[in-house]
Amino acid sequence: MDAPRPAPVLHTGFAGWVHQNLFAGPVDTLLTLSGMGLLWLLVPPIADYLFIDAFWTGSNATACSGRTAFCWPFLNVRLTQFIYGTYPLEERWRVNLAAVQGVLFALPLVYAGPKFRKPLMLALFIYWPISTALLLTGGLIGLTPVPTNLWGGFMVTLVVALFGIGVSLPLGIALALARLSDLPAIRWLSVGLIEIIRGVPLITILFMASLMLPIFLPNGMSVDGLLRVLVGFSLFAAAYMAEIIRGGLSALPPGQAEAAKALGLGYWHTMGLILLPQALRMVLPNIVNTFIALFKDTTLVMIVGIMDLLGVVQAANSDPNWAGPNTQPTGYVFLGMVFWLSCYLMSRLSARMERQFNQNQRTR
Amino acid sequence: MRVLAMTPKPVSFWNDPKRRGMAFQVMATFAIVTFLGLAVKNAVDNLTARGIASGFDFLGQRAGFAIVQHLIAYDENARYIDAFWVGLINTGVVSILSIMLASILGLVVGLGRLSRNWLIARLALAYVELLRNVPLLLLILIVYFMGLRPLPGPRQSLHLGDLIFLNNRGLFLPQPVFDAAAPVPIFLTLVCTVVIIALLRWTWLQRIDQGRAPAWIWWAFSGLAAAPLAGFALAGFPVHLDMPALTGFNFTGGVVVIPELVAMVLALGLFGGAFIAEIIRAGILSVAHGQLEAAAALGLHRNLQMRLVFLPQATRVIIPPLTSEYLNLIKNSSLAAAIAYPDLVQVFAGTVLNQTGQAVEIIAITMLVYLVISVGLAGLMSFINRVPKLRSA
Amino acid sequence: MERWRHPVCPADPLDISLLHDDFETALPKSKMKFLAIACFLCASIVVPPVARAGTLDKVKARGMLICSVTESTPGFAAPNDKGVYVGLDADMCRAVAAAVLNDANKVTFKISTTANRFTWLQSGEVDLMSRVTTFSMARNTTVGVDFPAILYFDGQGFMVRKSAKIKSVNDLNGATVCLQSGTTTELNAADYFRAHGMKYEPVTFQRPDEALHAYEEGRCDTYTNDVSSLWALKLKLKIAGDHLVLPEIISKEPLAPGVRQGDFQWSNIVRWSLYAMLTAEELGVNSKNVDQMKASANAEIRRFLGVDGDLGQSMGLTGDWAYRIIKQVGNYAEIYDRDLGKGSALGIDRGLNALWKDGGIQYAPPIR
Repeated sequence: MDAPRPAPVLHTGFAGWVHQNLFAGPVDTLLTLSGMGLLWLLVPPIADYLFIDAFWTGSNATACSGRTAFCWPFLNVRLTQFIYGTYPLEERWRVNLAAVQGVLFALPLVYAGPKFRKPLMLALFIYWPISTALLLTGGLIGLTPVPTNLWGGFMVTLVVALFGIGVSLPLGIALALARLSDLPAIRWLSVGLIEIIRGVPLITILFMASLMLPIFLPNGMSVDGLLRVLVGFSLFAAAYMAEIIRGGLSALPPGQAEAAKALGLGYWHTMGLILLPQALRMVLPNIVNTFIALFKDTTLVMIVGIMDLLGVVQAANSDPNWAGPNTQPTGYVFLGMVFWLSCYLMSRLSARMERQFNQNQRTR
Repeated sequence: MRVLAMTPKPVSFWNDPKRRGMAFQVMATFAIVTFLGLAVKNAVDNLTARGIASGFDFLGQRAGFAIVQHLIAYDENARYIDAFWVGLINTGVVSILSIMLASILGLVVGLGRLSRNWLIARLALAYVELLRNVPLLLLILIVYFMGLRPLPGPRQSLHLGDLIFLNNRGLFLPQPVFDAAAPVPIFLTLVCTVVIIALLRWTWLQRIDQGRAPAWIWWAFSGLAAAPLAGFALAGFPVHLDMPALTGFNFTGGVVVIPELVAMVLALGLFGGAFIAEIIRAGILSVAHGQLEAAAALGLHRNLQMRLVFLPQATRVIIPPLTSEYLNLIKNSSLAAAIAYPDLVQVFAGTVLNQTGQAVEIIAITMLVYLVISVGLAGLMSFINRVPKLRSA
Repeated sequence: MERWRHPVCPADPLDISLLHDDFETALPKSKMKFLAIACFLCASIVVPPVARAGTLDKVKARGMLICSVTESTPGFAAPNDKGVYVGLDADMCRAVAAAVLNDANKVTFKISTTANRFTWLQSGEVDLMSRVTTFSMARNTTVGVDFPAILYFDGQGFMVRKSAKIKSVNDLNGATVCLQSGTTTELNAADYFRAHGMKYEPVTFQRPDEALHAYEEGRCDTYTNDVSSLWALKLKLKIAGDHLVLPEIISKEPLAPGVRQGDFQWSNIVRWSLYAMLTAEELGVNSKNVDQMKASANAEIRRFLGVDGDLGQSMGLTGDWAYRIIKQVGNYAEIYDRDLGKGSALGIDRGLNALWKDGGIQYAPPIR
């Protein structure tokens, strides 16, 4: 009779986890050790730079000299400019109001039940864009007009991104439907537009919008500089969106369309009630990924002279009053943190929405 | 049915899908054509009214400006068309290098994401999440300016013997220069390489067919590998190295890799690597586990399991998104405009446009070039994807 | 026709309701319809076109002068800490606004890049380009820009690190040069180095800030630009004292405001607004004494300030056009001093830009 074998200690508890996941064999051990070495090389200097060595107080460049570290005072002094650019001081409440409204409509949408979804959607997609445009530009509703050349900073980044996203979705759906259409002329026009836009870099489209649009317009007709970039940007976004939505539509089982036809639904009803809702739900993760990419791509508008967040930070970097070795890295690290956080939150949000939609589908 | 056919109801124009579709198409085409026509007419009006030159004659004029990196002969006396080619080649160089770096990084990190080692998987995830969520333009600026800072000036260069020098003007490498007798052994090398590749394929087919390759094949390979060496030896090694040397401000001689190129390649490679890692991970996960088990059950060797069962299925999933990622990298190389790398957009849509003022022609040419590259590469990759023929049916 | 106005588009100074009628009658209905669809597709709703009108009428109707300036060149155009654009270029815009609109502050400054400065002017996006732009033949004849008069006589120079021990441009053989693309600077540098049998490596940036940064990080041995800009940009460096502007000037860079070709009236207004400031300096009229000067017995001054005669009307302005410029903006000496000279952080000598009678070459034709 064999003696009962002892329980495999190494497979349970913390020690077991460590053994299984970090030191399962010689190769594994080597990998773990080199990974730890990498962490050791990276983490302490970053912590030093951002917190331990960082400069915390002061109000000019002399406060941030002597060692290489993050310059919080620079950020502190410049923060409002990074957010609003040169938007007039006494009018900034308008930007804040627009932002608060947006958050007030958008946040509950993520958590609200289906009952409240419709009014919230209406508020967010109809009321909010119009009110924001009126608020920011002024003029029409009796506020002091603020020309777009004064706009800047994170505000412009958000305007470009949200405008691009807001326009690209409906326009993308239209292009996708056109591309799947039975009418050859419509289909080819759509294919041409989509493929041309997707085939060239965004920067050339922005160059085209900002440099060439005036040449193609009748003499004397002019379009606002920011609006031109917005149009170029949303066209670019729409072409990518169209391809994603087309992917969703063609992935649907053909039975869906046939069933709709059998019920006597016309083209628009079939699309609007049966096919598009399913397709959009299916490609939601891809749509959000495109949004994230678009959000990052807003930085390119700097190259055509729009003062977005990157542009404003670049300009602040060359302020003679802040001339010092820590200014530029501080600006870049700040930018990196802002964009990283925004994109990361967006991807978390999308994961949440995805779960929620799927839940609804199951309970139905 | 018959009753219906005999009494055709008069359908109004807008209720007849065929005619309605026709009308709709005609309207859309008319709209677009008129729109474009008006745009062209406006452009012509505007350009003539303001005395702006138009046409493509400018391409033959003297450019008059210098470009820091040119792989073909170019100086200030060259023409604008030469500047165009220099820019295009530079775009090609940065694209190819960054695609290579991104692919390697992507493969390593993608495999790392799937590692059973917890720490490695987490590190790979951190890399992907960090790089994917940062704007590429910012990454380029950071890599360029933060990378330039710690590098020493030419006089304090970091160096590896007297061969390789690194400073804030670039990386200086010795350049092999071929003498007059060189073409013969070089040609020999090329021929041998082609023959070796052909033989490898033949050997592979033999193995599948016969189970083994003939023994003499190894002699053939050795011979083919030795021949070019012998050729060079016979020609008296007709090659020498042009060494970089410090003269005045900077190094001259050798090959210089400018910092802008390095920054572009690093930034594009790091950025693309994060996306390619996810593509590769998805491709690997897409192959059902049972496939490998089945291959093992058939008694296939681990190598063959990979080559015959796993890779063909994984690449089928990987190649389409990989293609679009490569295309993205090529298009994103246009961000060189932000730093001073002389790519097509920087040289042609930047300097040349400003010197000549002919925005319409230049932007059109630039867009067309990218369009041709995109369509061409997409076609090539879909051709490659058709090679491992495997139908799901 | 509200549908033509986009929600994001700011209230345009152009009177939309009035002009839109033009647009409707100018195009047949069918084209209107397609245009509506096309514009809707593009999600761009544009300001309708004006009938081809003179720039002066356009500016007057709008009540605002639109002027393009640089991103940020201290001394020429850069926002001060209150966000107001100051500098010689900005003051040129203000002078025109004072002459035309009787309010030097009725200027909308638009930041243009080297890439879009000419197209913006050509397309009517801006009324006046005052953007450290060199007056050259090709720009005049093929790019379609008219340069009414020269605001500032500049030349291209080089900035180097003091530690490099470079004394003269001739020491720059083999140097790496940071510069900005699309400028005359780029071509001049090429010509100069060639003509002197010297080698150089250009590192070409799109924006001046990045070029300067790269020079500062040691990417280049020297940074080249117009000398005035070098002095201005030097202030942006971490330790301005470590750098040196070389004495030689390798080119002529007459910086001039630009207007569209073909609108002679507008061109005249810009030309004489600039000459008015020069003439005022010559006559000893400045913003402080201009009111007393109105009572002067000097016939030249009386004519200049519009007390006698009515020269302003020949340009479509009122007789006291020059008075307004001097009163609201100042004479050339005043703007030079506060923007570039002793009264500014730059402290650049008048040099070539002194009046002809003081040894410079600034010379205004007689106002009579």
